[in-house]
Amino acid sequence: MQNIELVYCSGKKQVKALDNISVDVEKGEFLSIVGPSGCGKTTILKIIARLINPTKGKIIKPDDFEVGYVFQNSTLLKWRSIIDNIALPLEIKGIEKQEAYSKAEEAMNIVELEEFRDAYPKDLSGGMRHRAAIARALVYDPEILLMDEPFGALDEPTRLKLNVEINRIWIKTHRTVIFVTHNVGEAVFLSNRVAVLSKRPAHIKKIIKIDLPKQRTLEILDSEKYIKQVLKIRKIFSQ
Amino acid sequence: MNKKIISLQIFVFVGFIFLWKFVIFVFNFPEFILPQPETVFIQWYLLLKSGLLLKHTMVTLSETLIGFTIGIFLGIVPGYFVAKSSKIDQTLSPYLVALQTAPKIALAPLIVMWFGFGILSKIIIVALIVFFPILVNIIVGIRSVDKNLLDLMKILNASKLQVLRLVELPASMPVLFAAFKTGITLAVIGAVVGEFIGANEGLGYLTIYAAGLMDTPQVFVAIFQLTIIGILLYLLIDYIEGKIIPWYREGEVDVVKNAEY
Repeated sequence: MQNIELVYCSGKKQVKALDNISVDVEKGEFLSIVGPSGCGKTTILKIIARLINPTKGKIIKPDDFEVGYVFQNSTLLKWRSIIDNIALPLEIKGIEKQEAYSKAEEAMNIVELEEFRDAYPKDLSGGMRHRAAIARALVYDPEILLMDEPFGALDEPTRLKLNVEINRIWIKTHRTVIFVTHNVGEAVFLSNRVAVLSKRPAHIKKIIKIDLPKQRTLEILDSEKYIKQVLKIRKIFSQ
Repeated sequence: MNKKIISLQIFVFVGFIFLWKFVIFVFNFPEFILPQPETVFIQWYLLLKSGLLLKHTMVTLSETLIGFTIGIFLGIVPGYFVAKSSKIDQTLSPYLVALQTAPKIALAPLIVMWFGFGILSKIIIVALIVFFPILVNIIVGIRSVDKNLLDLMKILNASKLQVLRLVELPASMPVLFAAFKTGITLAVIGAVVGEFIGANEGLGYLTIYAAGLMDTPQVFVAIFQLTIIGILLYLLIDYIEGKIIPWYREGEVDVVKNAEY
């Protein structure tokens, strides 16, 4: 899974949504995609997840990879407890119950939700539900984790806390992550690289490498290095 | 429920009994127009003691329950396909609307003519009446499943059966139970109407028979017995709902109630 190349155009009702977008994603990298609302960021993730077929172009190599998808809202099954939600992908894949649940417990521990093992989603706060959704996406060891503005609806402190956790989980699991957001600060804080998209039809304006230590802490937010990079990207963003 | 509410409810009941007696007193109604409440109660006790009431109750109850169960399956199975395929939906929708508008009760005489005076014709009437609200609600339930959940299932390569079992059916449960609750009251009505038209047992038959004899207390007994059945069945469904979908909070899903008969 060294280099995934994405080249595609997608036209829907004669409207070109994406225009020749091409990115190499390296294994184990954290790539963020930022862009104005409605520019087609989610569409890109859906193409990678094979939920939508591009009108032109394709995803090169590997032919068959699994993705974990974290949606804008947590998309948990209301009728299942947290552990049952996390175990869902394994159940669908027909993995034996005992093994499935021991894996699910492991994923639940990574996102630190042990206390809420048997609670229903309605009993959890928004941030905790997102953590459960992340655990569900991790539980079957997908090659790529796709995250679609997962924290858009959360308040600032919760979002920052989850950002630190995402970074911790990313380091711990060595997973390739593609993260979509409209929040430049969040993108810089989390990523190795940030791709800036234009308005519709979206093309990539620029891909910027982020220069920050691998482990991201909240102190980074106040560092000059961080702020400089955020300003730089914000400038490209609003050009 | 707190004690105050319960005592108020008892107060309303006692008030109702007094109003009843008061009306008889003022208008001087004879027994065969409006019997005294205690006469009805005594008649109820006598019929119960003789075993006759229980026998008729069991007949109506089984017609209701069997017809209701058949109606549920008749509604859910095609409802699933209508909800999933726009082709089937478009083809069938004028007929479904026609079926919805047709007063199914009006078919009852025909069904009794075709299927006889026995329990079968009543089961068919009940199933026919229950079928529609269930059909409409399962369609609403399956269509209102979160699109993201379906995307998730697709990403996980879930089979159609898995999507149905793990997502679509549970997601439809709240709407479906709302339909069960309207359905069960409609089912009792269907069974009684069937018995009105032609039967030799059941509470509907008992009502018509007693009315023919001008035995008004017995008519009242049959009506009260039917009400009790209706309430018990409703509570039973409410209880099962609490057991099956404890995750559901009232008001969380827009419920389409479809009362038509």
